[in-house]
Amino acid sequence: MKIMLIDDSKTMRNIQESVLAQLGHTAIEEACDGQDALSKIGAFQPDLILVDGNMPNMDGLSFVKAFRHGNKATPVIMVTTESEKSRVIDAIKAGVNNYVVKPFTPDLLSQRINETMNKKAA
Amino acid sequence: MDPAFITPFIASIQDVFSTMLQLPVTIKDPRIKADSATTYDVSGIIGMSGDVVGSVVLSFPEATARRVVSLFAGADMLPTNPDFADAVGELVNMISGGAKAMFKGRKVSISCPSVIVGRDHTVARQKGTPCIVIPCDTDCGELAIEIAVKAVSSAAIAA
Repeated sequence: MKIMLIDDSKTMRNIQESVLAQLGHTAIEEACDGQDALSKIGAFQPDLILVDGNMPNMDGLSFVKAFRHGNKATPVIMVTTESEKSRVIDAIKAGVNNYVVKPFTPDLLSQRINETMNKKAA
Repeated sequence: MDPAFITPFIASIQDVFSTMLQLPVTIKDPRIKADSATTYDVSGIIGMSGDVVGSVVLSFPEATARRVVSLFAGADMLPTNPDFADAVGELVNMISGGAKAMFKGRKVSISCPSVIVGRDHTVARQKGTPCIVIPCDTDCGELAIEIAVKAVSSAAIAA
C-alpha cells in the first residue's frame, strides 16, 4: 500500500513514518504542505493520504478540497491539532474519511489507519 | 487575564508531553510578566487570531530544549540543526492547538510556529495584553509557557 504523508513538520512525518513502518508500510511519499502534495500526487498515486491541518502555503482543508475535485476514492485521514467540532465537521464535509487529533499515541494512529482501510475494503 | 485562558494551556502541555514524550510536567505557580524578554534561550512562538488574539511562547533553557527535542525526535541534535526548530515548533503547535480547543464558544485560529534560539532575545507583544508565565518542571529540566492573549470583544468583531 502506498501512503502519502503531508505535514510541514519533518519531526511529525518521521514519527508517523515509524508508526507506518511498524504496520509494515514502507512505500511512503512525503510532502511538506498541500501544494507540494498536489505536485507529487499524480506520479505517486497513493492508496491512503495522511494530511496535517495547519500548514503554510496550502493548509490541509484546502488540499482536501482541491484533491477531491478529481479523486473521490482515495481515503484521507486528517492528523491535526484542530479538535473543535466545527473543524472536524468542515473536514468531513470537504471529504476527509477519518480524523486523528495531535497529540496521538502510535496505537491510535494505527487504529485509525486500519479502520479507514477496512471501511474502504468493505 | 481570564483564568479560562490559562487552565487550557496547563492541561494541554501535560497532555502533549505525556502522550508524545512520556514526560510528566509539574506546574508551578503562574505569575504576571512585565518585560518582553523571554524566560529562557529557546522560544517556540504561535500567534492566535479570531475571537482570541495574542501570542503563546514555549520557552526553554537550551539544555532542556535539547533533552526534550531528543525525546520527541528520537535523536540528539544541536540548535543549529533545522530539525531542532522543527521539533520545538511542533510542540508549541500541539500545545496551542489543544488549548484553543478548550476555549469554549470561541472560534480561534493559530499561526504556523516560529522558533527563536539565542540568549536574551525578546518577543514583542501587543500593547495592553498582559503576559502570564506558567513555570513548568520536568525530568528534562525547567521550561515555561508565556501566554499573552485576550478576548476580542463582540463590538470589535462587528467593526
